[in-house]
Amino acid sequence: MSMVIVTAAACGGKKPPVAKPMPPPSTAAGATNDANRPGEPPEPVRETAIPPEPTTVDPLKVSDIDKINQNSPFQPVFFLYDSSEIDAPGQQALQANAGILKKYPEWVITIEGHSDERGTAEYNLALGNRRATAARTYLISLGIPADRLRTVSYGKEFPFDPTHSESGWSKNRRAHFVLTSK
Amino acid sequence: MTHIKFFTAVFACGTALVLTAQTPQQPPATQPPQDPDSIRAVLVGDPGRPPRLAVPEFIPLSKEPDVVAAAKTIGAVLLDDFAFEKEFYLIPRDVLRTVPSPASPDQIALSRWKELGADGVIVGTVQKTAEGIVVEARYIRVADGAMAIGKKYSGTARSLADGGRIFAHSIADEIHKSRNLMGVAKTKLAFSSDRDGQRMKGPVGDRDISNIYQSDYDGANQSRLTVNRSIDIAPSFAPDGSVIAYTSYKTGYPDIILQSLRDARMPTNPAKGTESSHNLLSSWSPDGNRLAFMSNRDGGGNTEIYIVNRDGTGLRRLTNHPGTDSTPTWAPTGQQLAFTSDRSGSPQIYIINVDGTGLQRIDCDSTWCDRATWSRAPLNEIAYASRSGGGFDIRIFDFQSRSSRTITDGIGSNESPAFAPNGRHLAFSSDRSGKMQVYTIARDGTDLRQITKTGTNRYPSWSQN
Repeated sequence: MSMVIVTAAACGGKKPPVAKPMPPPSTAAGATNDANRPGEPPEPVRETAIPPEPTTVDPLKVSDIDKINQNSPFQPVFFLYDSSEIDAPGQQALQANAGILKKYPEWVITIEGHSDERGTAEYNLALGNRRATAARTYLISLGIPADRLRTVSYGKEFPFDPTHSESGWSKNRRAHFVLTSK
Repeated sequence: MTHIKFFTAVFACGTALVLTAQTPQQPPATQPPQDPDSIRAVLVGDPGRPPRLAVPEFIPLSKEPDVVAAAKTIGAVLLDDFAFEKEFYLIPRDVLRTVPSPASPDQIALSRWKELGADGVIVGTVQKTAEGIVVEARYIRVADGAMAIGKKYSGTARSLADGGRIFAHSIADEIHKSRNLMGVAKTKLAFSSDRDGQRMKGPVGDRDISNIYQSDYDGANQSRLTVNRSIDIAPSFAPDGSVIAYTSYKTGYPDIILQSLRDARMPTNPAKGTESSHNLLSSWSPDGNRLAFMSNRDGGGNTEIYIVNRDGTGLRRLTNHPGTDSTPTWAPTGQQLAFTSDRSGSPQIYIINVDGTGLQRIDCDSTWCDRATWSRAPLNEIAYASRSGGGFDIRIFDFQSRSSRTITDGIGSNESPAFAPNGRHLAFSSDRSGKMQVYTIARDGTDLRQITKTGTNRYPSWSQN
């Protein structure tokens, strides 16, 4: 049995209600003989446990930015070689990302544009800018306000996978979503 | 040098010497003073071949260990400086060593040098005085012992900190003048390096940071110029050497930073980047008054070329096309720029007049060409990185033939070329030995030299003086 004490702001001058303890049931399993009338079995009472209060804490609401980014709810968008076109999987990823951004309207993100190592360092800085902006434009078309979406291009400066083959390169041709403020 | 923890400058700790050059007194019973034209005539050997020059160790005129060491170093560095430009046939080191070092400059064994076929010999001295260091160098004509060129250099004691290399470089430049060549022995290379192993926080894991470093043109005296907890890339020396421009992500987005190399004044950002307006890859105009750079300020995903005055005024847009325009470089005339554009479908090199007219494409013979660098007259060539197999090679376009030649050898990927101010050599980055390193190479593809060895080193730039 739990006691629930409720207090409320005393704006209206009414006395706050006071919970009274519940009276014990008049019959219970294992009660003394006095309570039993001769010949009648005791009334069965079903026991159920009162479940614990469900947690309503959303980890994405309370975690710090670094933690969120390390285990990001956002999906990166990947690109073909020397391209900034958003393909069908990319659109799906952006739709999912838009959903998250709509759920947390205070969040501001930075979209990083990256390329693989095979182009020149200089032109890749421009290509990364195109990729980040392509993702941003698509998110705006899904209704995300532009001022919540920043971009930055890192070209080939920060590969996510150092492997010198397509398995690594494909992971580096991306728009990567970073939570910047919440 | 201690690293400053927050922001900005570790400015170049250049030698604080003042080199005053004077012409020393001629030894008795010699030629009258000679004008530059006759000096050139003196330096020529037999017709049709470059003069044969002996460059032995300099003569220490006092016994202090640093003077004795400097005499060796200056002679050795001077020989290397001459070898770089190939204006002289040089008597090899092992042969030089067979001639005993004279105790004083008037005891040169001219007959010995004659036997070895030298046309000229450099006679140099090093001494310490009350004021500092004095280095003298004389170009002596072997045939008759006459002095063709004589120069005297004074410096503070600090000028011997690296063995006195600056003296050798100054003498090399002086003697190259008499060959009608602007020498580059005192020039510097700047580049972006992660050699200090520092990292910054990234969204998933830490990321390697890189800052701007510089070295002498021959790789000596490498030192760090910027201390930012982020990446600094694409350095470019102002033509007068007083400032270095570079692209920094220290604010979280890329912007052009101008940092003084002469004093500790606060860096400036003439292109005034913001969160949404990003500026990268700056190039100085030859008169040092303006910078060209790439920016996304007018169109988000599209980058264009802009020009701004060094003080941040006078911003104007040079290109206007939905294609990506990037990597500008100024022509040495100051009247044109070269840049990269993918407006035809893939990155190619274009030339444009400063007023935006006269656009023309250079036929670069591949599907990806980038990072043009333009050499001064009379050579007047444009070098760039060109797609070659899985990587890049350095190619040079010349306006006479309107075609390009490849100067690297297909080993590794060779990128980001930068001409020396006399156009005879280029710096570039290459991963031929593993990590990206800075190399120099002659414009005919010979004389490859590795400048950096520690960490990853990229985006080389060559100072203009």
